Amino acid sequence: MYRYDQFDRDFVKARVAQFRDQVERRVSGELSEDNFKPIRLQNGVYLQLHAYMLRVAIPYGTLNSTQMRMLAHIARKYDRGYGHFTTRQNIQYNWPALSDIPDILDDLASVEMHAIQTSGNCIRNVTADHFAGASGDEVADPRPYAEILRQWSTVHPECLFLPRKFKIAVIGSPKDRAAMQFHDIGLEVRRNDDGELGLRVYVGGGMGRTPMIGKMIRDFLPEADMLAYCEAILRVYNTYGRRDNKYKARIKILVHETGLDELKKDVEAEFERIRGGVLDLPQEDRDDIAAYFAEPDFEQLPAQSEAFEKAIAGDKGFARWAAQNVHAHKRDGYGIVTIAVKGTGEAPGDATDAQMEVMADLGERYSFDELRISHEQNVILPHVKLDDLPAIYATLVEAKLAASNAGLITDMIACPGLDYCALATARSIPVAQDISKRFADLDRQKEIGELKLKISGCINACGHHHAGNIGILGLDRRGVENYQITLGGSGDETAAVGEIIGPGFGAEQIGDAVETLVETYLGLRLTDDETFLQAYRRVGAAPFKASLYPPSHPKKQEAA
Amino acid sequence: MSDLKQPMIFTANRLLDGEAVWLGANGRWVENPDTAIVSHTKEELEATRIAAERGDRENHVVEPYEMAVTVENGIAVPATNRERIRAAGPTIRLDLGKQAKQPLAA
Repeated sequence: MYRYDQFDRDFVKARVAQFRDQVERRVSGELSEDNFKPIRLQNGVYLQLHAYMLRVAIPYGTLNSTQMRMLAHIARKYDRGYGHFTTRQNIQYNWPALSDIPDILDDLASVEMHAIQTSGNCIRNVTADHFAGASGDEVADPRPYAEILRQWSTVHPECLFLPRKFKIAVIGSPKDRAAMQFHDIGLEVRRNDDGELGLRVYVGGGMGRTPMIGKMIRDFLPEADMLAYCEAILRVYNTYGRRDNKYKARIKILVHETGLDELKKDVEAEFERIRGGVLDLPQEDRDDIAAYFAEPDFEQLPAQSEAFEKAIAGDKGFARWAAQNVHAHKRDGYGIVTIAVKGTGEAPGDATDAQMEVMADLGERYSFDELRISHEQNVILPHVKLDDLPAIYATLVEAKLAASNAGLITDMIACPGLDYCALATARSIPVAQDISKRFADLDRQKEIGELKLKISGCINACGHHHAGNIGILGLDRRGVENYQITLGGSGDETAAVGEIIGPGFGAEQIGDAVETLVETYLGLRLTDDETFLQAYRRVGAAPFKASLYPPSHPKKQEAA
Repeated sequence: MSDLKQPMIFTANRLLDGEAVWLGANGRWVENPDTAIVSHTKEELEATRIAAERGDRENHVVEPYEMAVTVENGIAVPATNRERIRAAGPTIRLDLGKQAKQPLAA
């Protein structure tokens, strides 16, 4: 993985010293909150309901065990013993004191981490496929591209005061595991007909109050031109993006209002003007960065593992976990493990300091010292020997991290919601906990099969509800929490925005409503293999609507 | 004296640690809305606002704002779900926030 050079180290250290000084000046009164707020935001510091919140960047979700241990240390020393892994592959701490944050940033810098640009109207932490470098379906590892983008976008003077925040995701395979098309810029590494590597470029995707799927602006962009093209997009956005209305300021609105053809004309013109200049990426530079992401020293192993097969035959719990949470690796004898941070009744994405330590140990011992955070709020061990899976599972069971639900209904995304967030209009986590308990029976979950359920506590959609096969949006309706359901959303390569199904449900009813949707699906699917999303796409909303709002149902009358 | 539609109090977050606080007597920021100064009239609200803004100006607190309460047995209780959660702590972690400092009900 990427290691800081002297420039990175000096830069991050200087930035921490600068922020320490800014905090001191804020506390002394030299800086007002109006002056300080944009500064703290660009250093990842929010003010939430109960306390400050610090969002720490985990670039493209990749970290080593030393870094994971530092995250545990921060949770223990400065916070309340836990952290929250987010949909941008970051971690958030909910309780730090402002006066401690410079020390936290110093500790982070000691392991090559920071919180720069995890908030504010700038280019945020670049995300990537969490199976990068491990999955067999990969054309190329997306992380070198993400790292190059990270370096380019960090304190880029043209990108620090954008009309609004800006999110980029990179994937390296046709299978989209990063909700790439829901980003301001989405990049898919691919080969052209001549076998050359390049990028398919999408622009104008996003969630929030106006969800949109990104539009393809370039089918194939040579690798060397990646930065020039992205800069051209950013320049057009900076020039024409709306600054008069924050709800219309994202690039998706510009793309929508301008039209892709016209926007593309401007982007291509700017690109032609700047390509081949300082932003050109020569092969040598690309190779230098790619070298940081070189394959680990894999052993030549047989495809089958006797120890693994024996454990499957002898331990039903292990067999279930392995079937659900271990994914095919590109190398024989290896697997990719999803540690679902989604225990029954737990808050999705919340891990204690002790659990982080356990995951760090597992990464160090069994996965070439590498871990990943997925946008689905799980932790990944990307390269583990099949032989080692029984020992890993035993450790995870002990640490209450062995939920065997990856990709199933209880592997939900949920934002912090009104339990923590100053923007939220309703709670998300209690809804997730209720659904988690209702569907705790693994046999039932397996019978239901793949189902992406995502919950947001407000219209900003941090819980990705628009991309949920079942999406739940928590709203405040005259002082009462109300949950609106969307169906048919998807964050994969068949990206789709979910459709609102009808009037919302109260906190007491939303769990029953999800049960009704699931039962309806089970009753109409053609085969056991037809997923919820496939079935929904085949039959549409009508049968689900009919089940949720039967003629006698008060919601039906309300809708009439 | 024009009455407010609902009694109001002022709240903010403490600058140093971000803790939710409410404006109490003598311009002091207190950790519980129970002891906040309640305004029933526009005049009282404006007078309290001046004290709240002083807290902001003097860098004790951040971004003070007014919030509605109901008065139950003489005690101010936040009127909205959001402010009730803010005054107590996360509903999913009763061991955290201000609620953790209170003795649990029998």
